[in-house]
Amino acid sequence: MTQPTPLLSVRDVRIDYASSRTTVHAVRGVGFDIYPGETVAVVGESGSGKSTTAAALVRLLPRAATVTAGSITFDGTDILAAREASVRRLLGRRIGYIPQDPTVYLNPVMRIGDQVAEVLVIHKLADRKTALISAIEALANAGIDHPEVRARQYPHELSGGQKQRVLIAIALAARPALVVADEPTSALDVTVQRHILDHIGTLTRELGAAVLLITHDLGVAADRADRILVLSQGEVVEHGTPDEILGNPQHPYTRSLIAAAPSLHTAGGTFLTRARQDVSADALSPTPLLEARDLAKTFGRTDDAPRAVDGVSLSIARGRTLSLVGESGSGKTTTARIILRLVDPTSGTVVFDGEDITQLRGERLRQLRRRIQVVYQNPFASLDPRLSVGDIIAEPLRSLKLAGRGERRARAAELVDLVALPASALARKPRELSGGQRQRVAIARALSVSPELVVLDEPVSALDVRVQSQILSLLAGLQAELGVAYLFISHDLAVVRQVSDEVGVLYHGRLVESGSTDAIFDTPQHEYTRELLAAIPRGPREPAITRGEQHS
Amino acid sequence: MAHARRERATSANSYGRYVAGRVAQAVLVVFAAYTASYLILWSLPGDIIANITGGDATDLTAAQIAQIRHQWGLDLPLITRYFDSLGHAFTGDFGRSFTSSRPVTALIAEALPATLQIATLGFLFAVVAGSTVAILATRARSRWLSNLLLGLPPLAVAIPAFWLGLLLIQVFSFTFHLFPATGNFGPQSLVLPAITLGIPTSAMIAQLLAQGLAKALDEPYSDTARAKGASPSRVQFRHALRNAAIPALTVSGLVVGTLLSGSVVTETVFSRIGLGRLTAEAVSAQDLPVVQGVVVFAAVTFVVVNLLVDLIYPALDPRIITVAPQRRLVLKGA
Repeated sequence: MTQPTPLLSVRDVRIDYASSRTTVHAVRGVGFDIYPGETVAVVGESGSGKSTTAAALVRLLPRAATVTAGSITFDGTDILAAREASVRRLLGRRIGYIPQDPTVYLNPVMRIGDQVAEVLVIHKLADRKTALISAIEALANAGIDHPEVRARQYPHELSGGQKQRVLIAIALAARPALVVADEPTSALDVTVQRHILDHIGTLTRELGAAVLLITHDLGVAADRADRILVLSQGEVVEHGTPDEILGNPQHPYTRSLIAAAPSLHTAGGTFLTRARQDVSADALSPTPLLEARDLAKTFGRTDDAPRAVDGVSLSIARGRTLSLVGESGSGKTTTARIILRLVDPTSGTVVFDGEDITQLRGERLRQLRRRIQVVYQNPFASLDPRLSVGDIIAEPLRSLKLAGRGERRARAAELVDLVALPASALARKPRELSGGQRQRVAIARALSVSPELVVLDEPVSALDVRVQSQILSLLAGLQAELGVAYLFISHDLAVVRQVSDEVGVLYHGRLVESGSTDAIFDTPQHEYTRELLAAIPRGPREPAITRGEQHS
Repeated sequence: MAHARRERATSANSYGRYVAGRVAQAVLVVFAAYTASYLILWSLPGDIIANITGGDATDLTAAQIAQIRHQWGLDLPLITRYFDSLGHAFTGDFGRSFTSSRPVTALIAEALPATLQIATLGFLFAVVAGSTVAILATRARSRWLSNLLLGLPPLAVAIPAFWLGLLLIQVFSFTFHLFPATGNFGPQSLVLPAITLGIPTSAMIAQLLAQGLAKALDEPYSDTARAKGASPSRVQFRHALRNAAIPALTVSGLVVGTLLSGSVVTETVFSRIGLGRLTAEAVSAQDLPVVQGVVVFAAVTFVVVNLLVDLIYPALDPRIITVAPQRRLVLKGA
């Protein structure tokens, strides 16, 4: 089925990261082959060495990294040993690279068209004039609308999905034989993710290019790859076809990855139902804890300014979870910020515990902060790096003057225990903690003032799947124990299913569908909800038949 | 296409609003500088009559003093004089010097060309030298050389201008007889003062640009360029430099103030005629109208240059226009 000579051959590659104190062995003897035209997925969590491996392939390792052993041979050239100039002749032309986060990988002060054309100019595949024409063509191929207009625009004028398409256009403009795609869609909305991945698939098939797809999502890998390598702590722990990996995983790590992937299992109930089993279900109180009526928000002064939020009404019962799902720009975060009273709505009211809080000002608004707290998406940016974990957790108590010094310390210790962090974490700084641990700190901080409602804005999007499932389980458990209500914001329906009583689907600022979690998942009414559901990777029970057919 | 046309129209519109906002700010700054300097200078303790007559006022009769007071308008209240002088300033009349009785504008206009020459030359030297050091420091393959180059700017900032001027005179005039030590004669007399004036500025530019370049070269978009097969030079000049130039450009606007104040010391050291000398003499003679005129001139220059910098920004960074109003909103809220 495959040709005898591999296009890319990776042999026993070892890469170390040196810091002043320690040396981290990030990649410990990784080896694999890619044959022309095939798609190989490398799956693993952050820290598994998958991105470091990808960076080594295009010689973009950070300065702190050193390759201590091994070889990477592409079509006869050893990328690690060859002179820089000869590797440069391959990069962009024979090896295309699609990076992880489209928002930062485009030069902000250069026009889109020039950035695409550059790769052709560098490799003398076109002169200045024809390069721009070819660039517009490449943009059109990558699925950019109005490519001739976009070519004259700058990155900040494009959405995340469009930027990723530009990066795809750059990677494919010179018709490479191998495309290295390092988590090409993790920073994008689910529906966009699917389109982009489909597009990469179609384009590379047309070119006959091989693809190395780096991903943390086993579901994505299973859907799209011919072969999967599972990477853990810098080593390949398992490799095989998607059916082999998902149907009959050999390594315990692979099994734990499959178990944690929210898209791949629903058997045995959700985190929510499991957490509530142990607690006697208290009767729902008849009045909702929070009720928002007809919220609208426009940014900008003109009358035709787009409405970020357009007539959204919702209610949350005490001790229950309402999830808002939608892609970026759907208005879910703005809705959350209105409810948090961080932005004022253009119209509409927010009623909390029977009181209209839309107009609250000054001290009374401050006191409301005690009852409504928030956990943000990015646990790396939302914790003050100079404070200790104990101080971070106790900060709401201090700023709202709810407890004295000793009391605060006791409460911080209690909360650290509640979110299942070791007591030793109290004295540490955020940078000494992992992403999941940091998010636990952020949750503990939100809970410190015993709020009645916690707004969780994409609380697990920045985390690995296994950590994601731990955090979701923790959130469900805390709710059952403390009776706190959640407003859960997410773009990921698979995650939402795990923790929600009710789900609202936002699309272009409007609530297009809402109802119980089961109703949304079993009988979706709106076209957009169905598209969101379709974007969830299929998983092991329904093997990717279409792709198998193409290869037989 | 209609979509694109509308986008272009709004972009022209927002550029217009951006420019109007910056111009209004500039006018306000000049007005504030005029008001503050006028009120402070004229209410400072000191015998204004003695300054006007250029000596001791004790041998003047009361009638003579009264006449001088009336002649210079000193018998009117400060606030009346302020509005009066503000009105004159609008017509370009900044009064007359106490010591020479010549119009302040004429004095400044005479002194200006000489200072403009060394300031322009000094600024060009600063940009060229600063950028060269920054680019070499980030390009240097050996860590040792890079650190050496990066050590230059802090050193240059720390050197006092008068000492540097004297050192340059000692080496290039007295030892090698390359350039004249003093005076305003010929282009050669510009070289040493321009370098003296430019070195602190070049150090600031070098430091900021080196930092900016190092940061830009670490940015993901530089990796994208490398992944296209771009050479290190291409990454540096086509991608990093333009991004790194933005903070350096901001400072270039601010250093105009440094150049003007630097000219005071430089022109004294090199015995040159110019705005710096005029300032030094006016201050020591407490020649208030001249001091006032120089302050306003400096404010106008400063404001105009920074206005130009603000207008160049959008050409370097297409994001500025959309970002600027938001930033102002944030400041208001804080």
